[in-house]
Amino acid sequence: MGMGREQAVRRALVYGLIGGIVAWHLSLVGLIEAFAGRRLIGQGVTFSYVLLLAVMLTVGYLVARRVSNWTGLAGAALAGLLVGLALWALALLVDQVDLRTIFVAASPTLPEILTFNRGAGAVGLIVLLLVGAAAGFIGGGLTWFPATGRRAVITALSITVLVGLLRDVLNPVLPALVMGFLFTTTGGLSLPGAVVVLALALAFPIARHVVAQRAGERRAALPAPARRRRRAVFRLISLVFLVSFPLWAGLFLSNVTDFVGLYILMGLGLNLVLGFAGLLDLGYVAFFAIGAYSMAVLTSPELGHFTLGFWEALPIAVAITVLSGILIGLPVLRMRGDYLAIATLGFGEIVRLLVLSDWLKPHLGGAQGVTRIARPELGPFVIDRPQEYYYLILIGCALAWFLSVRLRDSRIGRAWMAIREDEDVAQAMGINRVTAKLLAFATGASMGGLSGALFASLVNSVIPQSFSLLVSINVVALLVLGGIGSLPGVLVGALALVGLPELLREFQEYRLLVYGAVLIAMMIFRPAGLWPEETRVRELEEAAEEARARAPAEVVVVTQDGE
Amino acid sequence: MLLQARQVTKRFGGVVALHSLDLEVREQTIHSIIGPNGAGKTTFFNCVTGFLVPEEGEIHLAGEPITGLRPDQIARLGIARTYQTIRLFRYLTVLDNVLIGLHPHVRYGFLDAVVHTRRYHRSEREAEAEARELLRYVGLAGKEFVIANNLSYGDQRRLEIARALALRPRLLLLDEPTAGMNPYETDQMITLIRRLRDERGMTILLIEHDMKVVMNISDLVTVLDFGEKIAEGKPAEVQANPRVIEAYLGRGAASGLGGIAARVLGDESASDAGS
Repeated sequence: MGMGREQAVRRALVYGLIGGIVAWHLSLVGLIEAFAGRRLIGQGVTFSYVLLLAVMLTVGYLVARRVSNWTGLAGAALAGLLVGLALWALALLVDQVDLRTIFVAASPTLPEILTFNRGAGAVGLIVLLLVGAAAGFIGGGLTWFPATGRRAVITALSITVLVGLLRDVLNPVLPALVMGFLFTTTGGLSLPGAVVVLALALAFPIARHVVAQRAGERRAALPAPARRRRRAVFRLISLVFLVSFPLWAGLFLSNVTDFVGLYILMGLGLNLVLGFAGLLDLGYVAFFAIGAYSMAVLTSPELGHFTLGFWEALPIAVAITVLSGILIGLPVLRMRGDYLAIATLGFGEIVRLLVLSDWLKPHLGGAQGVTRIARPELGPFVIDRPQEYYYLILIGCALAWFLSVRLRDSRIGRAWMAIREDEDVAQAMGINRVTAKLLAFATGASMGGLSGALFASLVNSVIPQSFSLLVSINVVALLVLGGIGSLPGVLVGALALVGLPELLREFQEYRLLVYGAVLIAMMIFRPAGLWPEETRVRELEEAAEEARARAPAEVVVVTQDGE
Repeated sequence: MLLQARQVTKRFGGVVALHSLDLEVREQTIHSIIGPNGAGKTTFFNCVTGFLVPEEGEIHLAGEPITGLRPDQIARLGIARTYQTIRLFRYLTVLDNVLIGLHPHVRYGFLDAVVHTRRYHRSEREAEAEARELLRYVGLAGKEFVIANNLSYGDQRRLEIARALALRPRLLLLDEPTAGMNPYETDQMITLIRRLRDERGMTILLIEHDMKVVMNISDLVTVLDFGEKIAEGKPAEVQANPRVIEAYLGRGAASGLGGIAARVLGDESASDAGS
């Protein structure tokens, strides 16, 4: 018991300190203040408080995780209390000393936010300590739940917070009646709304768990054709959802979805290069830029070189990108790993600097870029709204997806994977690495180019700033997040990494900070990505099953002509 | 002669890894290369497969010069190899490993793959049938969809051979195929290598340290030391050669410690060599 107490106290001190540092960090970089305006539930509960409470809960959870008794819970409360103390200390510090020359975010409003408007005095201290201890205690209490229940609670809480955050997004989508019930007019979720969302979020996974457990037994007995039929139904529903999306989504959501779609297209392209062939291309933005600028130069009357229509320019733009993919691929064929990454990084920057340069200004528009890029016409109908572009992008993504699947399941895909796994052995297996790699670069580039061409036409202009290194990093990051080499992973990655930040405008400023945190967390908890190649694993299992069913007949054949 | 190496010299900086090496491999034989560590055995394999280009000399496969060709070209001409340390595509399935080996023989293009032409379906079906047949041949039937990394050590070695066979090679280079195996696995491997020669008419050039294996299965043995050929002949002849004993045990050993050397070189299995 003495041991347990000592350990609990030590853990409480350590995690309390870490939690305090995290809380200070969140406050001083400005996240807390930025999110103070985001009301999640009613007027009072803002996203800042949710963040701070999450820190306290986590700290409590971590303390109690190894010491699962009342001593552990006391330790958890102590750790939460320490975080509260740290926050109060910060409030006091900011209140007394002007830190704004160093920390812009340390404004006079920060202490008010941190202390729930109780001030950095004794009252504020008591409130913070109580809240901290309570949150730490609850966090510690979570360790007493079984793992599945705990996960369900955490997921449900996260979903509730997400629904609260996405108020503006849901507004045009949901019927006014539902919106009126769920949300208050000025703030976040109404109290009954929050309860309903939380209850639904809790009930749904539990119900699914129960159903899945019962169905799991049935599913094993389900023959492959029935499973395939079920999958077809699922696909049909997704198709209806995808096709009808712009009809009910509204302008804002369509706009965001278009950008997500462009990133999915790029992600699929880079997935061929990085995911399948294992070539780390850090300059993928080059293809995006070349596609966009090809579209601009070919169609904009501003430059006066060509004034093609969108449909004539599109295949040419893609062809130019493919060619550039081969050109970029050629010199880096022999490079591996880090060297390839650095070389391609250079190419990305070269392309950006070229379009920015005064030297090429008459041809590429220089820093001002190019405007008045052609819009696609269908007979008398001109596509110019995001809702309409959505369909173009959807078709592009579908094509890229189709191409990826077909190539993956062919000798070409196998050659890429062989090169990814071991280049020397791949060569010893008769694989020509030059053609295989160039094919990967060219096909990957075509998708980036298509994305760029669509982008140029969608926003109607191109400027060099749109083609920064950050785009390349985004695409690599979304692949890593979703699971490298996984096609559904590209979707998930793009939605999480491009979609979410677009929807939560306050995030924009802290995008990279959040990226870093998310990627680190992912490397620890889900190193294979959010959606790794599980589907492929399942397909393989099914194929094995069918093969086993077929096996006896084959054995007969073998004994006849085999040996 | 299936493989002819003439006056092959390979240097790494100042070190001469292979020195004017002549080596000929007759068709449908099991030919072993032995020698102390650093004798140049693996370097020779790398020269034959095109991963290293010798400074001097020429290598011919069935009369055709192959020196200077790229590794994938040489592989397509019919030389397949396995590695001293297993180098499978570890995270791919057993079947995919063999299908990759079949790469040069699965013939269809980009468009066939994308639109799934009849040619694609036929080629893929044939390739899969051949891959399954090869896996059955080496004793891996039923493990087609296992991830290669999850196979047992002996199975991994066998998969490497199946993958090499998928190239439909004329010459198979095996780099220490029984390294790290227990006696039971070693016996199985010996049987498999013999079957490759007898049933499939394969020509096999192998590097091996286990003298019991070498003396057991070799038709001919070549001994290298410091990049030079010091002896060649039937296993029993090589075993008795004083220069070989010297190379293995150091100078003077040939006279005084002949008995030990003979035991090191595995005389108890010499009786059935070449049978």
